[in-house]
Amino acid sequence: MVEYTKKIQETAKRLLTEKKVDAVIGYRRGTLPMMNEPVLIKEAEKTDQLYWDSFCGVNLANYLPKRKEKLAIVAKGCDSRNIIIDIQEGQIKREQLYIIGAPCTGMVDRRKVWTRLGGKEPFAVEESKDQIVATGNAFKETLALADLLQDNCLICQHRNPVLYDELIAEALPEQKEVDPYEDVRAVEAMDAEARWQYFEELTRTCIRCYACRNACPLCYCPTCFVDESKPQWLGKSLDPTDVRTFHFLRAFHCAGRCTDCGACERACPVGIKVRQFTKKLNRDVLDLYQFESGLVLEGRPPLDVYRPDDPENFIK
Amino acid sequence: MSDPFEPKIIAFLCNWCSYGGADLAGVSRLQYPPNIRVVRIPCSGRLDPKFILASFRRGADGVWVSGCHPGDCHYIAGNYYARRKFALLKGLLEHMGIEPGRLHFSWVSSAEATKFQEVVTSVTTAVKALGPAKHYIKQMPEGA
Repeated sequence: MVEYTKKIQETAKRLLTEKKVDAVIGYRRGTLPMMNEPVLIKEAEKTDQLYWDSFCGVNLANYLPKRKEKLAIVAKGCDSRNIIIDIQEGQIKREQLYIIGAPCTGMVDRRKVWTRLGGKEPFAVEESKDQIVATGNAFKETLALADLLQDNCLICQHRNPVLYDELIAEALPEQKEVDPYEDVRAVEAMDAEARWQYFEELTRTCIRCYACRNACPLCYCPTCFVDESKPQWLGKSLDPTDVRTFHFLRAFHCAGRCTDCGACERACPVGIKVRQFTKKLNRDVLDLYQFESGLVLEGRPPLDVYRPDDPENFIK
Repeated sequence: MSDPFEPKIIAFLCNWCSYGGADLAGVSRLQYPPNIRVVRIPCSGRLDPKFILASFRRGADGVWVSGCHPGDCHYIAGNYYARRKFALLKGLLEHMGIEPGRLHFSWVSSAEATKFQEVVTSVTTAVKALGPAKHYIKQMPEGA
């Protein structure tokens, strides 16, 4: 996908020169390999900083809530769905946005690259077509992109932006035959005690840094429940109960809103599969209310509406 | 010989229906197990998942939430919204390993004293059968 770079730069330059937008939100290369960073560009002459390859996993919709100016934003499939949610939830207006849609073939999980390199530290990682070349101290390895994608990208069913003003490449065929909820069903098949142990093991290494929350485009409350102190619902310690409560509530706040963009898992410094919590809710919302978040601008999120005949077989 | 296990169950009852049902059960002298500790909430829609987690964290063996029947909500639709929230909440809590019998939901109107009695009995029986809660209780450090 490196070839998008030129197109993104041209589009951004055009929009800024014609004064159609006040700023462009996109990606630029980070100081470390495989770590592209978000950037907000206001001057047309700086648009050559913009960059695109398969390491643009950060969800840019995270930078939209409560902005006042007119913005252009580069959006993958998942970003565009989160933009729709921001609009639905009144965080930004559609008229403020010029969405530069980028059909996405999946983002690379840097941990999978590290694993493949067996602990060797790459100084530079360059992408070309369907592979990446990692160069380091006395080694140069070529790896296939397809083996390195983030878990959520492997099961992604919305690779093309859902909402855009301009597409910078031809729309891609969607992955129709993937089974997104295989892992959820595997956990459901266990008995209660085994499920408890599964999640206990999953969150054992959590250091409560809240990176998953900060990376999430859905988390924009002025005061997060983790910071509430009167009453304090959640202890601040690393006690397993507190950790579990945090993960539960974080996921529950995303119920009916999560787009499975993978920002949380990508941001986690210790590699916890935090999507295991949100995915269960996504599946339930789909099963119970036939709803997938962020696909249409019209309508309200599933927890903001009801039907008189909603399922209630669990209620006495 | 140790005493038979008596569970502690936190009951969140909506002010307009289930709390009235409890009241009617009381004045009607209906007998029901004394294991519930009632917390009155203005509407089942007021129930925040945090309340349920806080109950478990502080050692409740079971939680029961009860509100008005669909269509009877004092605030017109509070229980409809609550119903969607409860479905997802129960699903995720059980997915995480809380036993299905620890968390209960019901609709009890203020005229249904006998239904109140039946539900308290069945909730208590279910929780009793599971034994004391093993998970999700926060152990306070000594001196805290």
